[in-house]
Amino acid sequence: MSKQAPTLPPMGALGFLRFTWRQLTSMKTALILLFLLAIASVPGSIFPQRGNNPLRVNEWIADSQTFGPVFDAFGFFDVYSSPWFAAVYLLLFISLIGCVLPRTKVHWRAMFAPPPPAPRNLLRLPESMSFEVSAPADEVLARGRKYLSGRRWRLLVAENSVAAEKGYLRETGNLLFHFSLILILVAIALGGLFGWKGNVIVRTGQGFSNTLTQYDAWGGGRFTGASRLSPFAFTLDKFNVEFDRSEAQRGSPKLFEADVTYRGSPGAAAENARIEVNIPLEIDGAKVFLVGHGYAPHFVVRDAGGEITFDDTVVFLPQDGNFTSTGVVKIPDSDPRLGFQGIFVPTAASNNLRGPISTFPGPDDPAVFMSAWRGDLGLDNGAPQSVYRLDTAAMEQIGIVALRQGQTWTLPDGSGSIAFTGFERWASFQIAYDPGKEVALLGAVLAISGLLLSLFIRRRRVWITATTNSEGVTVVHLAGLARIESADLPGELELIRGAVSDLPDTASATSTNETREQK
Amino acid sequence: MSSTQLAAASNAAVYASMVTLTFAMVSFAISFASGRRRVAVVAPAPVEINSSGSTAVLTKSAVLTTSAGGAPPDDQTGRRSANIGMSLTWLGFVLLLAGVVLRGVWAGRVPWGNMYEFSITAALGILGVFLLISLRRDVRWLGLFIVIPALLTLGLAVTVLYTEAAQLVPALKSYWLIIHVSAAIICSGAFTLAAATAGLALVQSRAERRGKSGLARVPSAEKLRTLTYRILAFAFPLWTFAVVAGAIWAENAWGRYWGWDPKETWAFITWVIYAAYLHARSTVGWRGDRASWVAIAGWAAFIINYFGVNIFINSLHSYSGV
Repeated sequence: MSKQAPTLPPMGALGFLRFTWRQLTSMKTALILLFLLAIASVPGSIFPQRGNNPLRVNEWIADSQTFGPVFDAFGFFDVYSSPWFAAVYLLLFISLIGCVLPRTKVHWRAMFAPPPPAPRNLLRLPESMSFEVSAPADEVLARGRKYLSGRRWRLLVAENSVAAEKGYLRETGNLLFHFSLILILVAIALGGLFGWKGNVIVRTGQGFSNTLTQYDAWGGGRFTGASRLSPFAFTLDKFNVEFDRSEAQRGSPKLFEADVTYRGSPGAAAENARIEVNIPLEIDGAKVFLVGHGYAPHFVVRDAGGEITFDDTVVFLPQDGNFTSTGVVKIPDSDPRLGFQGIFVPTAASNNLRGPISTFPGPDDPAVFMSAWRGDLGLDNGAPQSVYRLDTAAMEQIGIVALRQGQTWTLPDGSGSIAFTGFERWASFQIAYDPGKEVALLGAVLAISGLLLSLFIRRRRVWITATTNSEGVTVVHLAGLARIESADLPGELELIRGAVSDLPDTASATSTNETREQK
Repeated sequence: MSSTQLAAASNAAVYASMVTLTFAMVSFAISFASGRRRVAVVAPAPVEINSSGSTAVLTKSAVLTTSAGGAPPDDQTGRRSANIGMSLTWLGFVLLLAGVVLRGVWAGRVPWGNMYEFSITAALGILGVFLLISLRRDVRWLGLFIVIPALLTLGLAVTVLYTEAAQLVPALKSYWLIIHVSAAIICSGAFTLAAATAGLALVQSRAERRGKSGLARVPSAEKLRTLTYRILAFAFPLWTFAVVAGAIWAENAWGRYWGWDPKETWAFITWVIYAAYLHARSTVGWRGDRASWVAIAGWAAFIINYFGVNIFINSLHSYSGV
């Protein structure tokens, strides 16, 4: 005999959709998606991310010719904006919404519904007790009602029983927590779409005005245009920095702060402010953060005829904790065209075995090591060039020299001279505007509140029945049920028992016991 | 006291605490071992008697045997050494507290400026959460599994991570340091505790599945799972708070509340795993051993975040000096 295949009802398109929806919104799926989210987050902490460190991403790809591009194609350097990461969290949020909405409906109904009536045999419940009271049944139930409603239990009163329930806020908190997560996601989206963030380096004495062209790096959301930037401006008046000179933490920063003068808009009055590491300056909704600092040596370059072709400070970027800094000077207007690669050390090493290297971040003994080049700077072909890098492909080296402050180096080929006349400091600022951050904070506060409610409030039910037996004694049955296992329920029942019992008698009995024990 | 005296006193207190905790560990180990032997010798049937009164499989005959013949010598030894262990743990806690406080006085700030200081405070957190629970219920059986991680943390702190006290780098000069780090340190204690109870739950449930009595003095798997849940129900909101406090601080210091810095990423991963744990507790088929594994995985993520990210990964949090 051949087995007949079981005939299943046809599912149909709608049925399939319903099936998929049920699967997606089940707790098990949510659980799996949570694990996926945790796993999907890991690569972003192992691989350098473009958002945090674009330079290291480029180095990584350059170093690993085979795997670099492959990993890049799979979004391993932009994990948190990659499609697969988005897929995981969007599915999780759909699952969350699909789970939370029906529960909200159920909970809404439960809030207005009376608690379920007392089961027939209360003593079958695991937490229950039976005792006799001399007061009449009506009186006992009235005491119970008074006690329970005074403690904000919801009541259902029947002829000879009282049903009560408490702890609805548990589910309210649970729902609040999940809705708050949606709110946080919305806040992140708001920030992503309408916010912007830029970085700029400002030398002491120089100014900055909030327009796109002034930024060294800028990123904005889809709906952030250059026209939306608020027209504030500031000048870096002074940059204070101090380093630790103790043996243990030599060179670690003790303080850095930037004194600025700013205007909220071109016509507004100038105001003074101090920006510190944990104390940003807020101008017109945007926040100006101090994120870094460094040195800008001052050079004077003259051509063969002694004519000044360059006279300014140049931003050098720190390469190590002691501020060994590198930078370049380009002189496209001289003949021949000149370029200088420089290493600035705030405190020059006493021996030069390790090459030019700084031994302390403070300017105890500043020096520059210059390498001069002549020839084509590569500026004419119109390709954008970094101001921190000299393209020496079509250039010829003239010489290398170390300069102390105030020294001038006459170039050996007679094409001019360069003088190291001093230095200024520069500070780098991050300027950010995120319209979603207050919403995110609200979401976080609500989420924590909801979490506390849902984890610490216990939902429980209590039933009291009182009947008069043949001897005219009132028999009280008292039972409780907690949705989650709770150690406190017996104690709570004990309190209710005390409340419905013959108060004066029990009170006096307890007090005599106590006095006896004290003796 | 002069600065050098303070430094010496702080270090001496930490070392004294380690010595005390080592003795506590030995006491707990003796108690643990004696319990094992007792089960093997006295109770041939799968019956477990627990000195503390919490029993996994309690039969009346077993109770009668104990009460009639008095506690067997091994059990007395076990109970006594567990009590000695508890006393020594208290002493170790007080010594370590003195060490941490003196360190703060020496440095003239909260003692959370580098990994050495985080670690000794984390050990204090582990012991503190354990002792706090011990005030409300009998958890002497857990002592061995708490003192060992605390000692390991302290051992790493004094050998590998030790640094002289120094001023805080500017980035750490914020009152958020106190709020954010203290919450994280309490969580480190609670997570470690929960991982220990979850691990023990796995051992017990394995034994129970095979019809054996499991580890003596240790509660049943179900009780351990409930305890794990209780600890994590306390720690999860606190961890959420620690992460949110960190985000507020980050917004103030770096201009964004969330930037997927490796430290933030692993804090998020830890959070997601513990969220999964709470869901697992209310999912059919996951409540038991699987949930215990998830609790252990959450702790692993926390540890990776603490040691791995600080030491091996280049992160904005790397200033927390090794």
